[in-house]
Amino acid sequence: MADKSSETTGTTETTARRISSFVLVVIFVTLALSLVALYFSMEIYPRNEAAAGYFLLIGFIGLALSSYMLLQMRKRVLKWRLKLPPIMTIIECQKCGFKNVREFKRGDYVFKQMGACEKCNEPVMITGIYREIKEQKKKEEKF
Amino acid sequence: MFPAVVNVSQIAQPFLDENFGWIVNVLFYLFFIVFIFYGQRIQMYVMLKEVEGSLLRLKYIKEEGRKIAIETIKEIGKPQDDPSQRVDRFLEYFALPPESMDPAGIVWKLEHILDVRDNRFKDEVRLMAPAANETQINNLENTLEAALALNYIYKVVRHFYILGKKTLSLYIIMQLQMILPLVMREAEAYASALKAFAYGQPIGDGIGALVAAKLMYGHEKRKIAKDCVVATVPLEGRTAYVVKAEGPGGNVGKPGEAMKTIIEENGGNIATIIVVDAALKLEGEKPGEVAEGIGVAIGGPGVEKFKVEESLLKYRIPINAVIIKEDVGDAVSPMRKEIFEAANEAIKRIKRVIQEKTKEGDSLIIAGIGNTIGIGQ
Ligand SMILES: [Zn+2]
Repeated sequence: MADKSSETTGTTETTARRISSFVLVVIFVTLALSLVALYFSMEIYPRNEAAAGYFLLIGFIGLALSSYMLLQMRKRVLKWRLKLPPIMTIIECQKCGFKNVREFKRGDYVFKQMGACEKCNEPVMITGIYREIKEQKKKEEKF
Repeated sequence: MFPAVVNVSQIAQPFLDENFGWIVNVLFYLFFIVFIFYGQRIQMYVMLKEVEGSLLRLKYIKEEGRKIAIETIKEIGKPQDDPSQRVDRFLEYFALPPESMDPAGIVWKLEHILDVRDNRFKDEVRLMAPAANETQINNLENTLEAALALNYIYKVVRHFYILGKKTLSLYIIMQLQMILPLVMREAEAYASALKAFAYGQPIGDGIGALVAAKLMYGHEKRKIAKDCVVATVPLEGRTAYVVKAEGPGGNVGKPGEAMKTIIEENGGNIATIIVVDAALKLEGEKPGEVAEGIGVAIGGPGVEKFKVEESLLKYRIPINAVIIKEDVGDAVSPMRKEIFEAANEAIKRIKRVIQEKTKEGDSLIIAGIGNTIGIGQ
C-alpha cells in the first residue's frame, strides 16, 4: 500500500506541473516588468514627478498581482495532492484486553477473528477500523 | 546589469513629455468604456476559466478512479486478459426509472429494475474477476459503482461547460459555476469512497450496521431477505431481533424486506421498531452526534422505506429512529474516529428507548441501516 500511495502523488505532481509551467512564465515576466517599472520611476523622478508616480503605481500593481498569483498557484498544487489519512486497525484480546493498533491491511474487517494473543494465547479479534483526522489548531469558532 | 538600464533616460524620454498626462487620461476613459460594454463578457470568460479548472480536476479524479478500479480488479480477480475494456463498458451503464404517469404500484417496478441492475452488475464483476470470492465481488462492485458515478459527474459538467462555451449564454455558465462547489465536494467524496471500497474499509455510512453488529455479536445469526442477517438477542429482558446487511462485503441488503418478514413471522406482535442509521449533518453540527426521533430512517431509492411503512401501518407498530450525524464526505470515506466512537453512545440511547417504550417480555426489532463494507457480524 505504501508504494502505491507514493505512486499516486507522483502522477499528481507531474499533472500539476504541466498545467502551471505556462502560468509560471507569465507570472515571472510580470514580476520582471513591474521591477523594471519601479526602477524607471526612481530614475525619472527628478525630471517628471507625475510620470514617476504612474510608474510607481504600475510597478506596485504588477508586483502585487504576480505575488498573489504565485501564492494562489502554490495553494492549488497543494490541493491537487490527494491526502491519504492513515486508517488504523485495532486488534483486541477478548480475554485479557491486550490491545494492538496497526495500520489497515487489505482483508481486515471489524469482528474478524485473528491469530492468538501474545500474552494469553487466546484468539484475538479486530474491534475497530477507523481514520483519525489530526485537526489543526483552529481558531475558537463562534457558532 | 543589462544595457537597457544604462540608457533608461532615453527609453523614458517620451514619458517625460508634457503630453504624457493627457495620454494617461485617454487610457483611463478607454478602460471605463471597455468595462461598460464588455464587462459582462469578461466576467463570463472568468467564470468559464473557473469551470474549466474544476473540470480538469474532475477529469483527473475520474481517471484516477478508473485506474484504481482496474488495478484492484487485476490484483484480486486475476483475470486472464486485460479488464480495461470491460471496465470502460461498465462505466457507461445506465438504468432507466419506471414510468410514473400512473404511480400506483411503481415501488415494485422500481424494485424490480434495481434488482435487475444489481444482478447485472454482479454478473459483470464475476466475469471481470473470476478469482474473487463473494465478499470481494461485493467490494469490487461498489468500487466500480463509485467510478461510474465519477464518470457521470464529469460528463454532465463537461456537457454544460461545452454548451455554455458554444452558446455563450451567461445563464448556463452561471448556473454551472454556482453549483460547482457542491458538485466538487460530491466528486471528492466519491473519490475517497472508491478507495475505501477498493480496500474494503468501513465507511461512515456503515455506522448503523456497526451498531447492529455490536449488538448481535456472539449470538446466532440466520439469513433473512436478500443479503441480510438477523439475530435474536436478549436485551434488557426483552427479545430483540437485530437486523443488518450481511458483511463484510460492501452491501446494503434489503432491510425493509427483512423487517417486514420478521413482523409477519411474529404476526405483527412487535412492541416497537428502532432504526439506526447515519444521517447528513448540517454545517456547524459535530460529526458523530447522536439524535433520536421517529420515522423510518432508511435512505436510498425509497423501496425499503416503503415496505416497512406498509407493515407498520398494517399492525400499527410505533417506530423510533436513532441517527448518527456526519457530512457527505464522511459518509462515504473511511469511518472517522468520532463516528466510530458514536456507536457506543447510540447503543446507550437504544437501550434507554427500549426501557422507556417497551415492557419486559416484549419483542422488538432493531435495524442497523447502511453499507456494511468492512464490518462483519
Ligand atoms: Zn490475551
